[in-house]
Amino acid sequence: MQAALKRETSRMSRAGLLCGMVVWLAATPAHAFVAYVSNEKGNTVSVIDTESWTVTRTIKVGQRPRGIEFTRDGKFVMVAVGDDDTIQVIDAKTQAIVDTLPSGPDPELFVQDAAGKLLYVANENDNTVTVIDLEKRVRLGDIQVGVEPEGMTVSPDGKILINTSETTNMAHFIDTASRQIVANVLVDARPRFAEFKRDGSELWVSSEIGGTVSIIDPVKHVVTGKITFEIPGLRREAIQPVGIGMTRDGKTAFIALGPANRVAVVDTATRKVTKYLLVGQRVWHMAFTPDEKYLLVTNGVSNDVSVIDVPAQKVIKTIQVGELPWGITIAP
Amino acid sequence: MIRWVAVLSIGLSIGPGAVATSARAADPTEIGIGYLGHVGTRATLSLVEQPAENDGVAGARLAIDDNNTTGKFLNQRFTLEERRLKAGEDVAQVAAALAERNGFIIADLPADALLKAADALRERGTLIFNAGAIDERLREADCRANIIHVAPTRSMLADALAQYLVWKQWKRWLLVVGSHDEDKLYADALRRAATRFGAKIVQERTFEDTGGARRTDSGVTLIQRQMPVFTQQAPAYDVLVAADESEVFANYLPYRTWDPRPVAGSAGLEPKSWDAAQDQWGAVQMQNRFIRLNHRRMTALDMQAWTAVRMIGEATSRTSSGDTKKVIDFIKGADFSVAAFKGTRLTLRDWNLQLRQPILLVDGRMVVSVSPQEGFLHQVSELDTLGYDRPESKCKLR
Repeated sequence: MQAALKRETSRMSRAGLLCGMVVWLAATPAHAFVAYVSNEKGNTVSVIDTESWTVTRTIKVGQRPRGIEFTRDGKFVMVAVGDDDTIQVIDAKTQAIVDTLPSGPDPELFVQDAAGKLLYVANENDNTVTVIDLEKRVRLGDIQVGVEPEGMTVSPDGKILINTSETTNMAHFIDTASRQIVANVLVDARPRFAEFKRDGSELWVSSEIGGTVSIIDPVKHVVTGKITFEIPGLRREAIQPVGIGMTRDGKTAFIALGPANRVAVVDTATRKVTKYLLVGQRVWHMAFTPDEKYLLVTNGVSNDVSVIDVPAQKVIKTIQVGELPWGITIAP
Repeated sequence: MIRWVAVLSIGLSIGPGAVATSARAADPTEIGIGYLGHVGTRATLSLVEQPAENDGVAGARLAIDDNNTTGKFLNQRFTLEERRLKAGEDVAQVAAALAERNGFIIADLPADALLKAADALRERGTLIFNAGAIDERLREADCRANIIHVAPTRSMLADALAQYLVWKQWKRWLLVVGSHDEDKLYADALRRAATRFGAKIVQERTFEDTGGARRTDSGVTLIQRQMPVFTQQAPAYDVLVAADESEVFANYLPYRTWDPRPVAGSAGLEPKSWDAAQDQWGAVQMQNRFIRLNHRRMTALDMQAWTAVRMIGEATSRTSSGDTKKVIDFIKGADFSVAAFKGTRLTLRDWNLQLRQPILLVDGRMVVSVSPQEGFLHQVSELDTLGYDRPESKCKLR
């Protein structure tokens, strides 16, 4: 989702790393990517090959894996294992756990800075955001935020870190240089996920219990609009927005609606839903393939991942993964 | 709606911004909340279910902490003043004294005392949150415009259980009712639930409370002889449903019925607003916070008090105000909702100020299910399939 590198560069660098030791990479088909899915109940990570759309490997990890992200260089996958109070590091080459990070208690979601040097982790249990130096793998400090910090994102210019707190119901704006909160914007109940438009002009925050997505002006720190959802035949309470994915051109947003079992397609100019795509049960998080041809979403209750054809705005495939799939990341 | 929220957010973002720069010295807005409980706890059959001295108020204390974490970004500060009603004390006087310093009162009182407190505070404009009383009449004929009911009603609990038993196809019930008034009220709610959702009560039995201690040194031997005999020669049934709020017999029934049948109601599978085993919808963080603060597990009463205090915090942050009148209007208004780790927003029934909420079905160790059950539909909210609905209500708020 936060692919900083183009696919070709990434493949070249990986090939460089492998140093001719392994030949299988050269044989990788042109449009194959690798997706890692955290299975919250299964205590596993499923590895999906996007050429064959199959699970190629299931990796045993720590307890309650949720937030999952590739490092910027694509070499490692970090997965927050909340009940083990740490973040495990999976080597993308060997697909083995090689290290852990000092995250603080019950890490859930985290985000890296643009350079991939710093990691910001939401620790739900003690109302803090922990800052970790990724190279030295040490904890640099904590920032006090609201009750139950969850959603994390960094502004495209790297200056502002956003954290949402689920019981305080705010998006906290944190200056990445001073590590001080500079603004707090109240949103609807239980804010779960935050995402910037790539040009930095808007911050979108989903409110799971409120049932809305707030659009915030990141300079003025005000809510400038809200996206609401209406699905015929579905009661309002069942519509619980969580994951948000925006295309690079900033024109289209995809919003996972939890137990509504749908992903809403939103025209970002009009801020209106143009389509609802039926996916699996309790859809939460999502990731684009780097070429933005496909969007993969995790369906917790049906234990699968739906594949959305992005240009066609159609669900084309369902892949069975482990128990209660939660987060997803795709190699840059 | 959108414009309103945008304006609100401007107001809110100024406060914290200012905190970070210059206005740190500004005094925070104080929001005083009173907690009015009673002295003493009831005796339970199970030693592990014996309520703690601070049952209820412990939840309020956690919510005060949560509100204050949020409050530091909004320059609001919450305080809790606890008062326990002693036997013989005049509840009206005690409530009035508490209301001197607090615009909101969380009450864990029996129905009559609650009504006295509410009527004493009516002119003053204090809002009471009923955290403890489940009586139907407080939401029906005896409803009051200055009481918000956070505790569920007997009918909500009975309906939640009935929906699950019917879903499970355990439709033939053997109903065993205690001999105290509240047991009979619970039995009324269970009978109503059976009729509503298509279960059949094949027989009713009364368990007379003849007195006696709940703790004895050779109790098990005796109970093991009594319970099979008490439940023998029943018509064919699927589940024994016990109405025993007085804690006289229900917890003696599981594993001791003449026929091998599950027990539900006041023992076995029990409907509750909350349970220490609830771990879904982000509840683990909250359970951990509670244990850290109070060194014990969280009960339904704790959760009801937590929710009440959080409702106040939610309203003060949305209105950016500590003004009692403004906050009360917002809580009673159409836009109010609160999140309480039950998978859905909780809202108020505007006709009687009862908080809509899912009900957990628990067995003492696990959450077995959560009602409303799938398939029980409603034109407004599926949560309104639990308890008395608007068309049935006798409440006239005043």
